This record gives sequence, C-alpha cells and structure tokens, in this order.
Amino acid sequence: MIILGIDTSCDDTSAGVVVDGRQVLSNVVHSQVKLHQPHGGVVPELASREHLKNIMPVVSESLRKANIRMRDLDGIAVTVGPGLVGALLVGLYYAKGLSYVHNIPLVGINHLEGHILSIFLEEESPGFPFVALTVSGGHTSLYHVEGYGKYTQMGQTLDDAAGEAFDKVAKILGLGYPGGPVIENSARDGSKDRINFPRAYLSSDSFDFSFSGLKTAVALYIKKWRESQEEAEGVALADIAASFQEAVVDVLVRKVMGARKKVGVTSVVVAGGVACNDRLRTSLNEAGSSRDIQVYYPRPEYCTDNGAMIAAAGYNRLLNDEKDDMSMDVRSKYPIQDLPPFP
Amino acid sequence: MAERVLTYNTVSDRETIKLGQKLGAVLKEGDVIALVGELGSGKTWFAKGIAIGLGISPGTVITSPSFSLLNEYEGRCTFFHMDAYRLESLSDFISAGLDEYFFQDGVVAMEWADRWLEILPDWRVKVEFAIVDKYLRKIALSGYHARAVEILNGVQQQLD
Repeated sequence: MIILGIDTSCDDTSAGVVVDGRQVLSNVVHSQVKLHQPHGGVVPELASREHLKNIMPVVSESLRKANIRMRDLDGIAVTVGPGLVGALLVGLYYAKGLSYVHNIPLVGINHLEGHILSIFLEEESPGFPFVALTVSGGHTSLYHVEGYGKYTQMGQTLDDAAGEAFDKVAKILGLGYPGGPVIENSARDGSKDRINFPRAYLSSDSFDFSFSGLKTAVALYIKKWRESQEEAEGVALADIAASFQEAVVDVLVRKVMGARKKVGVTSVVVAGGVACNDRLRTSLNEAGSSRDIQVYYPRPEYCTDNGAMIAAAGYNRLLNDEKDDMSMDVRSKYPIQDLPPFP
Repeated sequence: MAERVLTYNTVSDRETIKLGQKLGAVLKEGDVIALVGELGSGKTWFAKGIAIGLGISPGTVITSPSFSLLNEYEGRCTFFHMDAYRLESLSDFISAGLDEYFFQDGVVAMEWADRWLEILPDWRVKVEFAIVDKYLRKIALSGYHARAVEILNGVQQQLD
C-alpha cells in the first residue's frame, strides 16, 4: 500500500510517500526556519500564505523523488489537527482536491499520532506496548502506547514545552535560533554541575512537566550574571548553557523512566525535535541500560514535522478501512484521547 | 477619554492567577487583553487566571502558545490565547491570520502584545508585568476606551 502523507500543521510544509507504513520512498520538507538569522531572530514566515505557495511544489517533489505517479497511490493521509486553522486548511483542501480528482481514498490524521508512530519508519522499532515521549518546541507529552490507535496520555507540560525553554534561554543568552542545537553546542564547553538550576518534578506520581520556573530562574540568573561579571567567579556562558540543559534532561529522563516503570514496559520511544539532543540521548541510554530498557529514537528528519510520519499513521487507518469524506474539517484542538479507536 | 490605570503587586504565581481570574470574570466576547512583560514575568500565569475567570474548566491545562501561536479554549465564551513571541514582523502576524481573531466571537489575550500594540483594537486592556524580585511582580492594568474603563472598574470592584 503506497500512501502520500501531507502535513501543514505549523511552520513547515511537508509531504512524504511511504510503502506499508514503514518504507520511506520520499520525505520532502519545505522548512521556513532559516538557520542563520542575522540577529538571532525567530521564524520569519509562518503564514498560511507560505503553505499555499509551497504545497504544490512539495507534493510534486515528494512524488518525483519516490518515482511514483498519482495513480499509483493507494491513499492520501493529511494532518487535520491540532494546529493553526489557516495552516491546516491548506493541506486538507489540497489533499481533498487530489483525492477527489484522482479518486484516491483519503484519511485525516492527528499530528500527535504521526509523531508517536514515526518510530516505525526506522528499521529498528519496538513492539507494543511502549512509552512514548514527544518533546519539541510545541509539545512535551508522555503516552502509554498499547497498539495502533491505542494511546493514553500519561502527562504533559503544564506551561512551556521543553523545546520552547531551549529557544527562550538561547535567545536570552544571545545564541540564536533554533535554541536546541545552539545550547547543545555551547554546553559542550561548559560544566553541567556549575549552577544548580531548579528541576520541577511536581509530585512523585505525576508525569506532568513544568519548564516555566526553570526558564524564569535561568533568565534571572543571567540578568545578575551580566550585571556582576567580575564577581561571577569565572562562570562562563557555556556553564549556564550546560547547567540549564542538564536541568531539562534530568527532568525528562526521570519522568520517562518513571512512566515506563508505572505501566511496566521495557521499550521507550523519544520523538520530536528535542530528541535530537545528544546529552538527552546519552542520559536516557544510561538510565535505560542499567534497567535493561531499550530506548528508540527516530532519525532527526522523522523527529521534526514531516509528511512521512503522517503517511505511516494513515496506512494503519486505511488498512482498517477507515476513510474520510469531503465533509472532513480541520480541528485546531485535537487531544489524542479524541482519536477514533481502531475497529 | 483619559487613561485609567490600576496597579497591583503579586508575590506568587498563585496570586498572579487570582488577579487574572478577577479580570477574566468581567470579560465578554470581543474583549482584547494585551499582555506585556519580559520572559518569566508571569504573562502565561495571568492568562491561566483569565481562563478560570471565563469559566474554562479548571482541569483544562493552559499552556504557552509561543510555539503554536494560538491556543483555543471553550468557557462562557471562546478564549483565544495568542503569542507574538516568534513573529518577527507585523506582516508575519497578519499573514498568519492572527488579526482576524480580534473580531471573532471570543476573548483574546495576546502575549508580547507590545510588539505592535497599535494593531490591537482601541478597547484593549493592557496588562504590564514588571519583575521586582524573584517572586514579586508589579502588574499594571490600563485602558482608555469606555469598554476598557468598564472592565477595569469591574476588576477594582471585586478587589475593594
């Protein structure tokens, strides 16, 4: 079964072609994040207008790279939420048009399900059940995944996402954007134990996260550090970056391992942009190996928003005879517990 | 009309939420709240309070909209929680379609609203947050339009 997946839920316009939910023939992303912003700036164009401009070339390119013609497709999967309505509409209406004109089955996909299933695009993937952490600029959530379509949210951030904390701290430090890679780079020359930033573990039985207090603590620390450079006793910017990163990593690792223990699974999946962070991987792998736990990570291009993961999720739903018609609409809010269960 | 200003001090996140709740309780469809203040000054906590005041169920988690740009919640009326943090220019704001929410059936609270305060409608209430020390925040609510003054009076009445 050859599926085209389309995602326009946030900044990037993406499309991918995947066979049987596992074999990626193409994965094209038109990224609107420019890596070398002159003033450490943020995302330039996020507009629905940009998605409109990009959607046709991105989909065409995904088919060309996959060497697939429209009539070879067995299905089209498109993200319907959660996300910005204006952005989602571009992907959905383009997908509806293709489906109608070429008479190809269409299915609407929850973006979060795409992230959870992105691990199946890798050769090395876990069996069910497992615990999944999706951690990015927009999400920090823990799920108990018992099968396709069987997801229970165990916890989520109560304020800022982990990736957002990275971005905001990077900006205060003047390191630029995106925050994850620049903090990680800077942290390599620093001492992770130099400053003891607060870790919000909340209550011991909670799998929720909170990074806003850490962000504020780091912001206040940097303010003081800048005002009193001489007295700062040789604390370098790299020390702040490393100590901040360690605080985020500590919380993520403890919550993931706690959630895994609670539901009694031996596999963990970590997806989303922050999953690219090396320090997080090292720390998770250490925690995992001492308990005989296997930790799986999709490669970076499957961690960030992409069409291939939407195709993978679409495959499983189409396989179950789930189909949507032309009346399907976008959903700005789309909690994973609202997902239709598999028949 | 002359500008009306109310100033409060809060000493914890909880107090900031409570003040936001007082404001939320007097808001109705069409009202626009401009949240202004540096990182960590309490804007999102205050927005959590507005949500409670708007009757959004306490179990609903109000998260930062910095990345998503806009989060939507249902209470007495719809609550649009927006954030200009990631936007670089006014044209980004407009091409993302965020200006349209000022004229929809709901209450808008926008973080980092000082980027382009002028594009917010005249009846906006501005809420400015200043970090005094680790916990102490000075929060100033202000507005000059008749509706904004009405809202501010409503907040003051609850606190008297």
